[in-house]
Amino acid sequence: MSDYLVQFNNISKFFGKVIALKGVTMKLRKGEIMCLLGDNGAGKSTLIKTLAGVHKPDEGEIIVEGKKIIFDSPKDALDIGIATVYQDLALVSLMSVTRNFFMGREPMKGPPFFKTFDIEKANKIAAERMGQIGIDVRDPSQAVGTMSGGERQCLAISRAIYFGAKVLVLDEPTSALGVHQASVVLKYIVKAASQGLAVILITHNVHHAYPVGNSFTVLNRGKSLGTYEKKDITREKLLSMMAGGEELDKLEVELKEMNRLSAQ
Amino acid sequence: MSTKSKSINTKTDTNQDERLKKVSKLKLLLNRPELGALGGAILVFIFFGIVAGDTGMFSAYGMLNFLDVSANLGIIAIAAAMLMIGGEFDLSIGSMIGFAGICIAIPAIYWGWPLWMSIVFAFSMAVLVGYFNGILVVKTGLPSFIVTLAMLFILRGATLALTRLITGRTQVPGLRVLIENDPVAWIFATDTFKWLFTWLGSMKLIALRTDGTPLATGIPPSVIWFIFLAIITTWILMKTRYGNWIFASGGDKIGANNVGVPVGRVKISLFIGTAVAATIFATIQVLDAGSADTMRGTLKELEAIAAAVVGGCLLTGGYGSAIGAAFGAIIFGTVSMGIFYTDVDTDWFKVFLGAMMLIAVIFNNYIRRKVTESK
Ligand SMILES: Nc1ncnc2c1ncn2[C@@H]1O[C@H](COP(=O)(O)OP(=O)(O)O)[C@@H](O)[C@H]1O
Ligand SMILES: [Mg+2]
Repeated sequence: MSDYLVQFNNISKFFGKVIALKGVTMKLRKGEIMCLLGDNGAGKSTLIKTLAGVHKPDEGEIIVEGKKIIFDSPKDALDIGIATVYQDLALVSLMSVTRNFFMGREPMKGPPFFKTFDIEKANKIAAERMGQIGIDVRDPSQAVGTMSGGERQCLAISRAIYFGAKVLVLDEPTSALGVHQASVVLKYIVKAASQGLAVILITHNVHHAYPVGNSFTVLNRGKSLGTYEKKDITREKLLSMMAGGEELDKLEVELKEMNRLSAQ
Repeated sequence: MSTKSKSINTKTDTNQDERLKKVSKLKLLLNRPELGALGGAILVFIFFGIVAGDTGMFSAYGMLNFLDVSANLGIIAIAAAMLMIGGEFDLSIGSMIGFAGICIAIPAIYWGWPLWMSIVFAFSMAVLVGYFNGILVVKTGLPSFIVTLAMLFILRGATLALTRLITGRTQVPGLRVLIENDPVAWIFATDTFKWLFTWLGSMKLIALRTDGTPLATGIPPSVIWFIFLAIITTWILMKTRYGNWIFASGGDKIGANNVGVPVGRVKISLFIGTAVAATIFATIQVLDAGSADTMRGTLKELEAIAAAVVGGCLLTGGYGSAIGAAFGAIIFGTVSMGIFYTDVDTDWFKVFLGAMMLIAVIFNNYIRRKVTESK
């Protein structure tokens, strides 16, 4: 058996004429943070949606714990412990912290057929879990809309972990956050990985990815530019590999050339 | 590291903690969706208490009268509110009322079915219509506004065409004689607490007819159904898993789906709920009047939505309450009847209805911004 928890083998995905992904291969281990990098439209979200059960890949296969998997719905993926925190977080801002935390998996109490949502227990767990990551939810029945972006992100992540995620997929968790809040979220991600979760961290911000990642996969226009261990690649190299990197290099050369010409 | 805000905070000293907690409780109360409608209902009662306090509006008979009207509207408003919280509309409620009416009357009168079988038939049709509305909205992804608008025309047209085809007319009378001894009809046609009214009458506490029986004979079935539905739906919303799914489906259907909420099934069940509520409304009215009318229920869908909105439901879904819709229905029912006891021309009722709705929408919009306000 391989030591990889999740393997994407030659995944392709087409939306009509759009080739969103073409032959992408990526592997990750337990306890590892894999950063998936790439410019907007590179296909990052599409790739992880094939793992989350939102899209079925048109070519290639996904192997989880040595078994090829085919998901019919996001619920199938959740059931085997693949939790995805989407860009839009899947939080309902009008609903309370607790109701969001347990959305879809409410704790129940009472006799069969008269089971009710155990809101007291849910409140307690939600407050406790948020407390563990340093967010003191004074009133878990308050609307999520009143929380900051970082707190919401942490809520979505801690919900995924509470429900026994083995693989945690985070789609741009820091892109809408300020520096301070982003570092809070990143710290929490490292903590989650150290507890044995495999994490896929999607971002187009190398400065967020580099300090926390163990390995890096760069996507460009639906194709993988390869996966690199941290020791094998520098931040600068990653930066230039991301879409536009080479173009920016070329631009720099051209600008120098222009300056040289105008100086003459 | 510290994350500061009014209500979410890293641990500080406990005294401050307690103080803040109280503030957030008060804020919580103000954020309840039904608060506006409760306040509105109280204002309405105070208003009529002053201008019509001595007119008989608040006699037992008068009260049962406006409660009956409120309750009838409330039955469909509660279902409409549940559906709105789930993020959809049903414009076919009024047409469903007419359709359910003839589904009871035609089999019972023209085909010789026992009344209970016709009633069961009408409810089965309601489940079908609701399911069809729901599956169409869920599968096509079209706005429910359009899908159910189509159903509004289809159902009303079919009701008229079929009734004329089978009976040659547009009304079907003659049901009253069938109610007695029917094993099901009593659920929709019995006045309750008759003994109480008889007793009140014998004590000369309420108005009597010339023959000595009380003018108000009992609590009408609509009121019992209304109270029953208001309690059940509020319990569902607040205390059950399905309730949480309703809020989630209306608040963000993609998000809810992604965390495993069966959004499609939730929405379909809510469409079945509005059609069934329309049929409860129809059954009560048909048995009370003893006849079915193909035009019954016209425009009721809009009144139901108006009551739900006044009750605090957001048009965008994910927020609202069943009890709020119940208060909304009480406001409309009370004003529509109360206006007869004043010198005001009854034409003004519609003006009031519209104005109430506008105020409610503006108020709700403000509340929503408050609730979701990011820091
Ligand atoms: N559901 C969809 N239908 C059609 N095209 C899509 C869909 N989802 C993504 N795409 C397209 O696939 C490409 C990759 O998108 P995406 O995976 O969202 O990129 P990223 O997350 O890296 O920014 C884009 O060109 C996008 O327009
Ligand atoms: Mg994306």
